[in-house]
Amino acid sequence: MLRRVLRHVVLVVPTLLGVLTLVFAFLHLVPGDPVEIMLGESAAPSDVAALRHDLGLDRPLPAQYARFLVRVAHGDLGQSIAFRAPVTAVIGDRYPATLELAATAFLLALSLAIPLGVVAAARAGSMVDRLTRIASLAGACLPTFWLGPLLILGFSIGLGWLPVSGRGGVLHLVLPAVTLALGMLGVLVRLVRASMLEALGQDYVRTARAKGTPGWRVVTVHALRNALMPVATVAGLQAGALLAGAILTETIFAWPGLGRLVVEAISARDYPLVQGCVLTIGVSYVSVNLVTDLVYQAIDPRLRDAD
Amino acid sequence: MRTRRRGTRAVRLGTAGLALLALAAIAAPLLTSAHPDVPALEERLRPPGPGHPLGQDALGRDVLARILQGARISLLVGAVTVGASVAAGLTLGAAAGYAGGWLDAVVMRSIDLLLAFPGLLLAIALAAVLGPSVRNVVLALSLLGWTGYARLVRAEVAALRRREFVHAAEALGARPCRIIARHLLPLVTPTLLVQATFGMAGAIVAESSLSFLGLGAPPPLASWGAMIDEGRGFLLVAPHLTVFPGIALAATVLTLQLLGDGLRDLLDVQERP
Repeated sequence: MLRRVLRHVVLVVPTLLGVLTLVFAFLHLVPGDPVEIMLGESAAPSDVAALRHDLGLDRPLPAQYARFLVRVAHGDLGQSIAFRAPVTAVIGDRYPATLELAATAFLLALSLAIPLGVVAAARAGSMVDRLTRIASLAGACLPTFWLGPLLILGFSIGLGWLPVSGRGGVLHLVLPAVTLALGMLGVLVRLVRASMLEALGQDYVRTARAKGTPGWRVVTVHALRNALMPVATVAGLQAGALLAGAILTETIFAWPGLGRLVVEAISARDYPLVQGCVLTIGVSYVSVNLVTDLVYQAIDPRLRDAD
Repeated sequence: MRTRRRGTRAVRLGTAGLALLALAAIAAPLLTSAHPDVPALEERLRPPGPGHPLGQDALGRDVLARILQGARISLLVGAVTVGASVAAGLTLGAAAGYAGGWLDAVVMRSIDLLLAFPGLLLAIALAAVLGPSVRNVVLALSLLGWTGYARLVRAEVAALRRREFVHAAEALGARPCRIIARHLLPLVTPTLLVQATFGMAGAIVAESSLSFLGLGAPPPLASWGAMIDEGRGFLLVAPHLTVFPGIALAATVLTLQLLGDGLRDLLDVQERP
């Protein structure tokens, strides 16, 4: 088991190096002089020179790259220009809020998608199935940045039940989490339904039915366990994508997380902070995918045995 | 049989919807006499009414005219992005799948690297460094969009490469380019067509997302995402500013999803998670 985990972790290293390289290249893609863009045309030459030196832009490219890797390895992502603080500290302040939002949205989407998909597949062709399919298609088609304002209009402004924006108690979490979860929910319901339909048509299900196993047991024990295999992969990918989706949701609901920080950093042309945020989300995404791979191996005996 | 019938119906519905949208975008001046960029400050935030069926925005501009201008931008960005992504994905994927070896390794590792980030995040980062413009949105989305098509084409071509008809063509002296273009691509086209339809929906949503964040079409150009963002500030007094562009966007995405679903059923393309 430990060897398998280690092998997967080692395989992730080249990907992480690639992520770091892309993030490093980011500053060099800026058309023109990034330092002048960040500080503005009226900046004093001494400030420009100081920032250029701080970012390492006065060195040859390979030296800049090596310095970047060493600094990242030491947890140093540079100084934020807008916040006048270390990038890691600014990100560290905001990251828990994004994790809270993404985790809630993930759990919400998963806990609704599985029962809805199972019921739709178990009663394929029924009114429940049709309604679920329409709702999941709608969920997949409604952009979060439209759905969010509509939910604010209905539940915050219209009914006055929930706060419009900000982070606080559970009530503050409801609308952002629902907005973020709905897109994922649409995709997952369709997938659970399709996987369940395929599983319910298998020989072992027919055998279980022939042996007199109750219908609910066939569905929830025999078919569901196998149907959840592909769902686990897609749910993992979707969980990673939630981190990016949070950029829009956090902007709508003024949620003080990493996503909103990216937008603030872009507006302020605070490129070290943008780099830090992109790197953090990228590494989180790779980590979520790694965990998904490991979970998938753990729940699928065929892959476990193949190892 | 039932699946094919359902597919035909969805394709007809999706094609009709898309044609209607394209027609409305092209014939915008015939549908409304209002100019999308001309302000009328004394008529700002007016609700839907005679002369302005979808109301007026914070600068008194006609919302219908701006939605139709937004349709042009969305369809243009969607079509050009998908066109460029398919062209790049097809070329690289076919070359990697057919040649194998180091070329395959380079293409696949590049794809893995780009897929190591959430797509929207990279698009945001690229659009942020390149600056807000329609051209840069297309560039950012195309630079990321080719990976899906390349993976798909590479897998199909690598599988077909070992079939007898390919060996026969090689024995007759056909060059790899000819084999790919004449014998392999026609077999890949149905899958690619389905993927491109979903890809266009994704590109339109991504363009709107970037515009919503102020990284898409610059003002005064009307993009649906930017219109929704502008409308957020007036949700209480003028909800029509947010509702109508969103309906246009959701309807367009739904139409493309329907078309993609229909094509998949009709062409009997296997769904890939």
